[in-house]
Amino acid sequence: MAASRLSTWFNRKGWSDLIIALPYLWLVLWFLVPFLIVLAMSVASQTAMAPPFGYGGENPVINLKGYQRLFTDDLYIRSFLISLVNAGIATILCLALGYPMALGLTRVSKSWRSILLMLVILPFWTSFLLRVYAWMGLMGKSSWFNQLLTDIWNFVVPLDWALKSIPMMNTNFAVVLVMVYTYLPFMILPLYSSLERLDPTLDEAAMDLGSRPFRVFLDVTLPQSMPGIIAGGLLVFIPAAGELVIPTLVGDASTPMIGRVIADEFNYARDWPMASTVAVALLVLMVLPTMLYSRYQAQAEGREAQR
Amino acid sequence: MPDGAPPFLLIEGVSKSFGSFQAVKDVTLTIDKGEIFALLGGSGCGKTTLLRMLAGFEEPTAGRIMLDGQDMSGVPPWERPVHMMFQSYALFPHMTVAQNVGYGLKHEPMSPADRTARVQEMLDLVQLTQFGHRKPHQISGGQRQRVALARALARQPKLLLLDEPLAALDKKLREHTQFELMSIQERTGVTFIVVTHDQEEAMTLADRIAVMDKGQVKQVGPPGEVYEHPSSRFVANFLGSMSQYEAVVSKVSGQNAEIDVPAFARSVQTGILSDLVKGETLTLAIRPEKLMIHHDRPDAANVIEGEIKDLAYFGKDSLYRVILPSGQLLSVHAVNAKRKGDKRPDWHDKVWISFDPASAILLRD
Repeated sequence: MAASRLSTWFNRKGWSDLIIALPYLWLVLWFLVPFLIVLAMSVASQTAMAPPFGYGGENPVINLKGYQRLFTDDLYIRSFLISLVNAGIATILCLALGYPMALGLTRVSKSWRSILLMLVILPFWTSFLLRVYAWMGLMGKSSWFNQLLTDIWNFVVPLDWALKSIPMMNTNFAVVLVMVYTYLPFMILPLYSSLERLDPTLDEAAMDLGSRPFRVFLDVTLPQSMPGIIAGGLLVFIPAAGELVIPTLVGDASTPMIGRVIADEFNYARDWPMASTVAVALLVLMVLPTMLYSRYQAQAEGREAQR
Repeated sequence: MPDGAPPFLLIEGVSKSFGSFQAVKDVTLTIDKGEIFALLGGSGCGKTTLLRMLAGFEEPTAGRIMLDGQDMSGVPPWERPVHMMFQSYALFPHMTVAQNVGYGLKHEPMSPADRTARVQEMLDLVQLTQFGHRKPHQISGGQRQRVALARALARQPKLLLLDEPLAALDKKLREHTQFELMSIQERTGVTFIVVTHDQEEAMTLADRIAVMDKGQVKQVGPPGEVYEHPSSRFVANFLGSMSQYEAVVSKVSGQNAEIDVPAFARSVQTGILSDLVKGETLTLAIRPEKLMIHHDRPDAANVIEGEIKDLAYFGKDSLYRVILPSGQLLSVHAVNAKRKGDKRPDWHDKVWISFDPASAILLRD
């Protein structure tokens, strides 16, 4: 009797409830719980024991010193600013490079399109680390790439500015360069998918009404590809702002990015609470644009639904 | 048009090839100012390619287009005084109705106030005064069509191109819109070129029709002329329906001819074609509504015997399919003018069909 009632419940709404619950369960288990652990750690106090944090003792049980330091210690403010600026520059460069590429993808024949799309995602087939190491090799003082750029530089500039090699490794420039390289596909793909949906007759209509091709782009193509620009921008900006590997491998210690600060606090300073505090702050900073984006998307979908 | 004056629009020997495919072959047409001209043809007949060449989206491979005395060769679409109403309307989805209508005016040297006034004037013209602030997806299909028309007319083009203007509308709206289009054309005086595959649309809208097939213009003329005097079997078939039979000329005398039609098992009296000679083989065609159906043998020039094989009753009229002694079929369209009285022919009735000698169409091509 009870078994049959259970099966009736399952058939009526149990299965759908279960399927809907799965992604939430996933999020709770692998996002919310770890985040709460990090949040709890961020209000703990550093101790000399293992694990190197505890609650109470001579400090208050909820220790907010870390959060205080966030706003007073120059290191954090600076690294947050550098992260945002680097991620911002990388995003703008990705947009500037990715937009023509994505637009080009929509204008070539079907067979070329699949080949070129394949080329865009091809780098993912090799390890990310390997690709960063390749860049390190390229940027090194004695590499052919560096020498080529140096020769060009020396050819262009007056003699007294001549260089033996261009200092690229361990600079902020290298960080932005490798980030642009790494995240470019994340910009191209959403842009392509939004540009591909545009009706080419709209371009013709604008031309017919007196607009030259560039004006057509500004009036018709660009405003309609806004969702793609925003999606691509977030997909580049968010991971770039929290990037750890690239600044660690090719960056410069005097311009630290926030990901590197978290890692350093954790590994070298063994200040787990401070590392957690910075991580929480980064998360809050990143959640804000994401929330703005999902609100924008919900609005766009609402508009779509009215059609 | 006074003699000697250049035509308003001259399409002269225009051809267009895409690779080895010739979409438009040596088309020559002249169109007068203020005319509604229809390019009629099935899909792939080259009518849309011709329209796109007028708009400037395609360059002719050969020939030239002269608009109001100006050679259009090499003039890009954005510099042509020609606007187009697209089949899909191609309204900008991110702009309001008013912004859509005003889009072309951005390129005109006029003050913002004048621009707003002009947009309002256009919205009034197409009876969308209240809809300026809406987005295209918030209005109906018929309203969108009118926005597209207002947008194309806003800059006062010399020539308006309409690509299948009524195709996306349902039947009722289509009839209404047709008259509206004609009245707007009359009020604005703009020359309209309409591309359509719908013969009824072409006949009701246009002052003149060019029937196109396989990239060539088959016949040009006012609707009545193209319908009543088709120059080829293709045109005859494309406009309305028609029964066609092989025939041989047996006698020519003055303005009359006698034609032997094996399908009728007799010869019939018809008009003539130029240089018609005895023994010439050609096609005799006759439209269903030109035939009269009788129960008893009438006293007429051309009388054929047959039996009703099929009939369709539409209320105001009926369509009969009559089987002839030779086994071939003949379609007859009869108006049901009387409510009572005459007994309408029924299935398997023996009937007599008659027609006027002038109603028969002789086709060589």
